[in-house]
Amino acid sequence: MSLLIKNGIVYDPINNIEGEKMDIFVSDGKIASDAKDAKEIDVNGKLVLPGGVEGHTHIAGGKVNAGRIMRPEDSRRGAEPRSKLTRAYSGCSVPNVYATGYRYAKMGYTFLMEAAMPPMAARHTHEELIEIPIVDKGAMPVLDNHWMTMECVKDGDMDKLTAYIAWMLKATKGFGIKIVNPGGVEAWAWGKNVSDLHDRVPNFDVSPAEILKGLSVANERLNLPHSIHVHCNRIGSPGNSETTLETYGLLSDVKNDDRQVMHATHTQFHGYGGENWGDFCSKADEIAKYVNSHNNLTIDLGVVMFCDTTTMTGDGPHEFNLYRLTRRKWSNHDVELEVGSGVVPFVYGPKIPPHAIMWAVGIELPLLIDDPWKVMMTTDNPNGCPFTFYPQIFAQLMSKKKREAMLEEVHPVVNSHAILPSIDRELDWNDIAIMTRGAPARLLGIDKHGKGHLGIGADADIAIYDIAPKEVDPAMDYKSIERAFSYTAYTIKSGEIVCKDNEVVAVPKGKTFYVDPEIDDSVMDTMLPDLKDKFKECYSINMANYPVQDAYLPNPYKISTKGT
Amino acid sequence: MSAENTTVTDVVCPFCGSLCDDLEVEVEGNKIVKVKKACKLGKSKIMGHQRIETPMIREDGEFKEVTYDEAIDKAAQILADSKRTLSYGWASTSCEAIEKGIHLSEVVGGVIDSTASVCHGPTVLAVQGVGSPGCTLGEVKNRADLVIFWGSNPVHAHPRHQARYSYNAKGFFSDGKEDRTLMVFDVRKTKTADKADEFVQVEPGSDYKIFSAMRTILSGNEDVVPDEVGGVSKEKLIEIIEMMKKAKFGVIFGGLGITQSRCRYKNLENVISFVDEMNEHAKFTLIAMRGHYNIGGFGQVCAWETGYPFAVDFSRGYAWYNPGEATAVDVLNRKECDVVLAVAADPVSNFPRASVEYMREVPVIQVDPYPNPTTEFADVVIPAAVAGVEAEGTAYRMDSISIRMRKIIDTKFLSDEEIFEKILNKVIERKEGA
Repeated sequence: MSLLIKNGIVYDPINNIEGEKMDIFVSDGKIASDAKDAKEIDVNGKLVLPGGVEGHTHIAGGKVNAGRIMRPEDSRRGAEPRSKLTRAYSGCSVPNVYATGYRYAKMGYTFLMEAAMPPMAARHTHEELIEIPIVDKGAMPVLDNHWMTMECVKDGDMDKLTAYIAWMLKATKGFGIKIVNPGGVEAWAWGKNVSDLHDRVPNFDVSPAEILKGLSVANERLNLPHSIHVHCNRIGSPGNSETTLETYGLLSDVKNDDRQVMHATHTQFHGYGGENWGDFCSKADEIAKYVNSHNNLTIDLGVVMFCDTTTMTGDGPHEFNLYRLTRRKWSNHDVELEVGSGVVPFVYGPKIPPHAIMWAVGIELPLLIDDPWKVMMTTDNPNGCPFTFYPQIFAQLMSKKKREAMLEEVHPVVNSHAILPSIDRELDWNDIAIMTRGAPARLLGIDKHGKGHLGIGADADIAIYDIAPKEVDPAMDYKSIERAFSYTAYTIKSGEIVCKDNEVVAVPKGKTFYVDPEIDDSVMDTMLPDLKDKFKECYSINMANYPVQDAYLPNPYKISTKGT
Repeated sequence: MSAENTTVTDVVCPFCGSLCDDLEVEVEGNKIVKVKKACKLGKSKIMGHQRIETPMIREDGEFKEVTYDEAIDKAAQILADSKRTLSYGWASTSCEAIEKGIHLSEVVGGVIDSTASVCHGPTVLAVQGVGSPGCTLGEVKNRADLVIFWGSNPVHAHPRHQARYSYNAKGFFSDGKEDRTLMVFDVRKTKTADKADEFVQVEPGSDYKIFSAMRTILSGNEDVVPDEVGGVSKEKLIEIIEMMKKAKFGVIFGGLGITQSRCRYKNLENVISFVDEMNEHAKFTLIAMRGHYNIGGFGQVCAWETGYPFAVDFSRGYAWYNPGEATAVDVLNRKECDVVLAVAADPVSNFPRASVEYMREVPVIQVDPYPNPTTEFADVVIPAAVAGVEAEGTAYRMDSISIRMRKIIDTKFLSDEEIFEKILNKVIERKEGA
């Protein structure tokens, strides 16, 4: 089907289009320069953006499902019956697969990156990804606390490490290298954690810093589209910004002409000062200062909003700490030789001082970082809050008035222990378009694969919102922003209208993006005996049954890279 | 296939929740002639036994052999006309088939429930109350120095569990049983208990009291614990807690002895809370000894499809979860459903008499490779390929790790996945037009 979208106000940051009134042609699922027999949609001054790219979210796999199983009370929320077209769906912070696809698509999102795939349970993640309708997706395997990784790092054998990472990416049909509390999760297998970047990991005699540097080398040698994707040590702790900044500094002399060399994720959770919960405070200014003065590092936010949500991370020891704080229910699942994970329900309350400060940090970061191309908009769904809070977050970033209204509702500690009240900056339409489209696509490296922009030949993933950017002042009329971003007038996925006015009208199956790094056979061959030993001696599953079979990627999109 | 002997390696055993994936199966022509490395139970399943040979429809009380198309048509007609279908079983088939089954229940607005509701359902309820401190079986193999079987007897029910994953398994930080302490808590001295360093005989129905006493001792309040709890002396319990606190990595494998005895899900809430509290002293985890090889898979698939792990009622159009209401036994007891769809399970052998009696009053559709007492109640019988032997598909081990089962030999039978794809399409066509 061909489409002609007429008279939209287009923001397409990758192509330097900033609020131009223009027409867009769609043909054969791609953006085209012309189209025959096109169905015309006159959007008459409405906001037109590339489909949203969610760069870090938890939507599929063991953790999310553990959350669903543990929280029937969450699944009771937001229930919608099946229709002839759509499946029954429900859930809030841990929605079922259909709710995830429909809701993201209705909000104009067309690409989702599951940010933490336990390699041994990668099959499970892919089983769920298949079932998430409409959107394209990918998943990043967690690769830092692996025994093989740590042994290679300890031996300083970067060839072997690179081969191992390549093997793992292939075996898991994964997208990139996710790092989660390096060293700390292996320590958690004995009920412990690491205290800082230079602590030694029990039994493996490596430090978090060494693991990070090693994986960065492997990442660059494999020429992966994305950089290492780092969940720093000491998440959620008072004073952790010191560790965060030190982590950033580890790669200060590493360069890549095409992209960042480190992406630091859910930075809000890593931007705190103080020594305890009493003097807990925002260090968003120091984080922003570093990001502003370095060009090889990017971040995403992990914004907190006040709600009942479900926290979930591969950072097992952190979830245990959250359980010790909340004493509600706690799920933990350590995966042999590789990773850990935990799930804890959590309520962020506006009158609870640390929560109010966390909220402030998440909003401060994008306002203090000068260049929006260094920032992916995320809530670390559902850790900061479910992704359905995006419209409210955009409104806060675009309107100081909205922030002032929020500040009246939250604990006054924010006035003394956070920076937000003093910030005047208001983001514009283009900033939002960058943080939700251009930047995540570019930082993940999928802009080159037709995502996050509307250039000729790009995938025709388009979001049209029922708001006229030339007529609305977002700073004053923030309620219109919230309403407009809640659902699109049209979401178009691969050239097909999938949502219209908050209704799902088509349910195509999306693609799964994965990376296939090619390396020298001789390098792989030197690594394999060690890996085979691990399977023989340590794993509880046979090596032949480990890799994710092709059956789990019915619509694959392979990104091949050549390692050096 | 040629008549030569071929050996299929890395075969995944479709019998119990251990889901051993190291079997070797010798095939001659299209016949399985030998199964290596499997336990007796797995071997017997893979070698095969009496099958339902053909689709059948009951007419005037007698089975009439029919084609697959006729049986599937009949099943689809019954299901499309049903106002309240009960779909039950699903523990011994693939996740792909389960997905289709859940979709079918959604389309007909029925109830779907798995064998978990008469097995580890109470464990799931406890997880919903207090969470789930677990790990994969390889963590146990590599690290555990304290292995506890509580109300579970792997020697009989999961014969290779101890050798592959737990007490006898050698791993990175453990040389196997020499490095491990084995504790068994049970109402009788089981075969598993024979080798235990510590066998604690529990008075039947006393597990809850014992967990409570252990938690009380652990929290430093042993002074309020009576001299004897559930047949176990206070001194013994104190000694056990001290041993547990000294462990580096402890694991409790919980079995039906605690899920289906007095206090049921409360037992599990109590033991999970105990494990949580133990984590202040030592790494401690709990793994449920799931019985059927893919009962875990039903819970996983049902959770991502509907938000809930079992006992799901679609009569509202969306998924509604209420164990005790939407569980199979209860739906039958209330004489509520107008069709029973029994898949890869045998409710007639396992359900209370009143529930079974009601199955005589409504049409019963059975999809299963094997005849069983439920077949005697069935009006439509659809034979299926044996998943993991004659059909590929995904299954979840007791530790929530999914493995793709292999197809070893060809078959004349349709797989569950194919059968339910066909039924689903026909039901949608009947209810909603093509």
